[in-house]
Amino acid sequence: MSDLNNLKHLLAQGKITRREFMAQATALGATAALSSTVLSSPSFAAAPKKGGHFTIGISHGSTTDSLDPATTSHTGTQLINHAVYNYLTEVNDSGEIIGELATSWEASPDAKVWNMKLQQGITFHNGKSLGAEDIIASFNHHRDEKSKSAAKPLVAPITEIKADGKDGIKFTLSGGNADFPFLMSDYHLAILPSKDGKIDPTGGIGSGAYSLEKFDPGVSTKFKRNPNYWKSGRGHFDSAEIVVISDVAARTNALTTGATLGMDRCDLKTVHLLKRNKNLEVNKKTGTQHYTLPMNFKVAPFDNADVRLALKYAIDRETLVKTILRGYGAVGNDHPIGASQMYFAKDLEQRVYDPDKARFHLKKAGMDSLEVTLSAADSAFAGAVDAAVLYKEHAAKAAINITVNRVPSDGYWSNVWMKHPWVMSYWGGRPTEDWMFSIAYASGAEWNESFWENDRFNKLLLEARAELDTNKRREMYGEMQRIARDDGAFVIPMFASYVTALSKKVGHGKIASNWDMDGLRCMERWWLV
Amino acid sequence: MNEPVTKVLGDSADAMPPPPRAGKWDIAKRELRKAPWSAKFGLLVIALYVLAALFAPFLTPFGESEIVGESFMPWDATFILGTDNLGRDMLTRLLYGARNTVGIAFITTCVAFLIGGTGGMLAAILGGWTDQVLSRVVDVLMAIPQLIFALLLLTIFGTSIPVLIVIIAVLDSTRVFRLTRAVSQNVVVTDFVESARLRGESLGWISFREVLPNILPPLVAEFGLRFCFVFLLIAGLSFLGLGLQPPTADWGSMVRDNATLITYGDITPLLPAGAIALLTVGVNFVVDWFLHKTSGLRDGK
Amino acid sequence: MVAQRLGLGLLVLLAVSLIIFLGVELLPGDLAQAILGQAATPETLAAFRKELRLDLPMHIRYLEWLFNILQGDFGRSLANGREISELIGVRLGNTLFLALFSAVIAVPLSLTLGILAAMYRNSWYDRAVNIVTLSSISFPEFFIAYILIFVFSINLGWLPSLSNVSPETPFWQRIFLLLLPALTLTLVVVAHMMRMTRAAIINLLASPYIEMANLKGMSRARVILHHALPNAWAPIVNVVVINLAYLIVGVVIVEVVFVYPGLGQLIVDSVQKRDIPVVQACSIIFAATYIVLNLTADILSIVTNPRLLHPR
Repeated sequence: MSDLNNLKHLLAQGKITRREFMAQATALGATAALSSTVLSSPSFAAAPKKGGHFTIGISHGSTTDSLDPATTSHTGTQLINHAVYNYLTEVNDSGEIIGELATSWEASPDAKVWNMKLQQGITFHNGKSLGAEDIIASFNHHRDEKSKSAAKPLVAPITEIKADGKDGIKFTLSGGNADFPFLMSDYHLAILPSKDGKIDPTGGIGSGAYSLEKFDPGVSTKFKRNPNYWKSGRGHFDSAEIVVISDVAARTNALTTGATLGMDRCDLKTVHLLKRNKNLEVNKKTGTQHYTLPMNFKVAPFDNADVRLALKYAIDRETLVKTILRGYGAVGNDHPIGASQMYFAKDLEQRVYDPDKARFHLKKAGMDSLEVTLSAADSAFAGAVDAAVLYKEHAAKAAINITVNRVPSDGYWSNVWMKHPWVMSYWGGRPTEDWMFSIAYASGAEWNESFWENDRFNKLLLEARAELDTNKRREMYGEMQRIARDDGAFVIPMFASYVTALSKKVGHGKIASNWDMDGLRCMERWWLV
Repeated sequence: MNEPVTKVLGDSADAMPPPPRAGKWDIAKRELRKAPWSAKFGLLVIALYVLAALFAPFLTPFGESEIVGESFMPWDATFILGTDNLGRDMLTRLLYGARNTVGIAFITTCVAFLIGGTGGMLAAILGGWTDQVLSRVVDVLMAIPQLIFALLLLTIFGTSIPVLIVIIAVLDSTRVFRLTRAVSQNVVVTDFVESARLRGESLGWISFREVLPNILPPLVAEFGLRFCFVFLLIAGLSFLGLGLQPPTADWGSMVRDNATLITYGDITPLLPAGAIALLTVGVNFVVDWFLHKTSGLRDGK
Repeated sequence: MVAQRLGLGLLVLLAVSLIIFLGVELLPGDLAQAILGQAATPETLAAFRKELRLDLPMHIRYLEWLFNILQGDFGRSLANGREISELIGVRLGNTLFLALFSAVIAVPLSLTLGILAAMYRNSWYDRAVNIVTLSSISFPEFFIAYILIFVFSINLGWLPSLSNVSPETPFWQRIFLLLLPALTLTLVVVAHMMRMTRAAIINLLASPYIEMANLKGMSRARVILHHALPNAWAPIVNVVVINLAYLIVGVVIVEVVFVYPGLGQLIVDSVQKRDIPVVQACSIIFAATYIVLNLTADILSIVTNPRLLHPR
């Protein structure tokens, strides 16, 4: 590997081109993935540096936004949360769970009781020092009966939270959950300072790398560095600003004219043109974000397993990834687990476009042709309507006539999703298999968007959740992915990458793929070179 | 040419489009020969658009929403104007777009003028409470931002083409109403309307025989612009996911779908926008010619 | 008469608030659902609604709102609990500033272009002005904005593509940041006003009194400026007012493209989130703007027409 390091050095000094680097690195036996990791970070050699002002243009943000972590719902507010607050745990850039405010944890054998140790000597921006009472108050904000928190289902299984000695905290759950530390990293579950057993949810005080200077909903949020930040090697900018630029062309223009140093959600139609700009780098991270087409399992014709299979064979995934995602993504295999995830079933055969098989299953269901309506709006995901139009063309070859029903973007999630029989939807994904399956595929789950029920699947879900043995879990999750793929009432055609563009003035390490913007922690992790 | 304005207007209004009655053919041909080049150009453009709209399926080998190639293919012999973001032939989409959008825009504008024009004239002629009630109702409708109002209505009533036409027409008619009322008020107080009133003519007579001919020119000028605003409103609505149902081709959505390319200097989105612009210029040239004829002026040069 | 019109104006405001309230109520979903989105559960929805008093029947909520507004209290945003007057204040200022700036460019420009076009009708100048302005309104405004940004921000680098002003931005800096949005809006509205000016004047040129003025040997400019124009004001003023109102009420898309914090963006966001008090407050402001502008137009129409001014 020392030869590779040498090459890196030459590349950094500009003595060889990227193309030469790739060629020689491959010759050295370095995998393409490794060499492109090196290439994707122009500043890999430079150590993080303090100072400077960072401005980023973000697609999401509305004048109705609130600082309350209970209602955090999109990248704009998620980024604020991760800049201002800390969490009990953190998912690192390799997708592993590490402690943040919790230093360590251990579970009872049935995974029902979790003891966590807390960091010591941490102070909030208002000077209060962190204690177990803050954790309890922060969680109670979501657990409270009157809570409007989106994280309520997540914390519902917690039956009790108690201080455990000076630096510990004990969670008791109603059922075993081996992934509990992962759940604690959820973006809603920020830790805020308490006063008389309550937190001020909209006060904007946390223990994070930045203190909040000005919050102007739907316009911009300004931050100042927290001079007493307890993490070393994190929080490098003197000051930072998140600007809400919902129009993608405006966001791109702001970046190319230097008004901002980074942007999320590049316009996939033009990203090949954006890449020609030598002052920018375009990053692609394929993680857990995926697009789904849930069918209502309870109504005809979707109650017929063969009809569902016919529809799954009638979609050309490769073309969708190429056209809708412009290659920035991966084909899906009709289950919601991404290739980067721990228990992803590698040996499960990839389903491909096959109109003959689709016809075969249609025949098996006793039909010669099929008429179905697919409701779509671009609020499901960018390009959802176009994707529906493409699907219509593909399915026509299998005697399936899809009528595309474009519905208003406004009110899509309350009026169309889980109301119309067949719709477009997306999931940002969750870091663990159990979490993903539990929220959207378990029988009776609030967001089981297809109303799908499979007894074997539901039984495995409960067993795997409380199982601490990794190999057994792998087996169980593998079988669940197969069941979802072959029986599930949903087409999952593709996993979409997070595509971000950055000025080359911004330095960063390996970019995490669990959420957008380096696991939502770009403010804490990045620096100016 | 120094006859009363109304007289001249009656003739040339009939003469503008080739009338079906054979007797007027000669007048039409004579008028057309005398028309300035801009009017001829405008008529030619309109004729071409109508032909494209009528014969779209015969002019192109591809289907309206057929995916025939890769996305964003360059211009070549097969795809004369390249392909769009989904790999559909751009020229085909443009031709079908003419079919879908021009028709809708035309009907919508006519309905808007029917509602707004009638209301405006009534308000001006009758005055008093009729005027107050109609004007205040229009105030209410206009005081609500157009896009917001369209959003409310279309979300509640759904987005079929008839609903789209009615809603845009109603929203547009408020603007027509204000203009009609304003110009009619100037006419209503003139001597010939006064004398018609004294003669005891009916409301219909006064409206259509006395007032309408005298307010027609500014209304026609407005028509030319309103016609083009409908395209823009449809484009704006498709911005909110409320326009025509895909895969129907319409120029407004086509501009929107490809608009971001322009920031890289790619001219693809200029094509549908250009199609709208050309039609607008054409229609308004014909309107100008009409204005010129009805104004009773000798040639300005 | 003006007093009567103002009284009726209040009725119009009431009607607008009622329509908007009912309209937003009729839209599927409510604020709780819109904010929680995919993450909504029946339990959290119920809690959310209770906190925001959305569980009360709608006539009670409307009357409550009306009662408060009569005491000058706009209330608080349901979504983030901020005072609406505070939320709207800065944005209203921004919206009015942009509208005024655009109007200062657009109105004199279009009147001049229109008068000149009427004077030299059917000349090359007339046709060129027509083609340019007609083409510019045929392009959707976001598209014009993109083209201007491409030319002036990206290629030439003269002007900023973001107009993110704050209350502290000094005046000239503000003007500089707003040049592109104002230019975009100018291009959007000029054609309409210019063509109406031209049409209204040409419509009068065949009148006997103009013929008479011509026969007296007056210059073309004098005839048009002193004889035709005063009688053409009514339709011109109306179109100018419609466009001024548009500059205040209809600039959502320009605000989005230039990231300018105005009222348009606020009302669209609030409709999407069903934040009724904010939608109501914005609508009332827009409606009041319209009423005042319309009243001005009507008064100007009457003042400029001697026959209307002194009815027999």
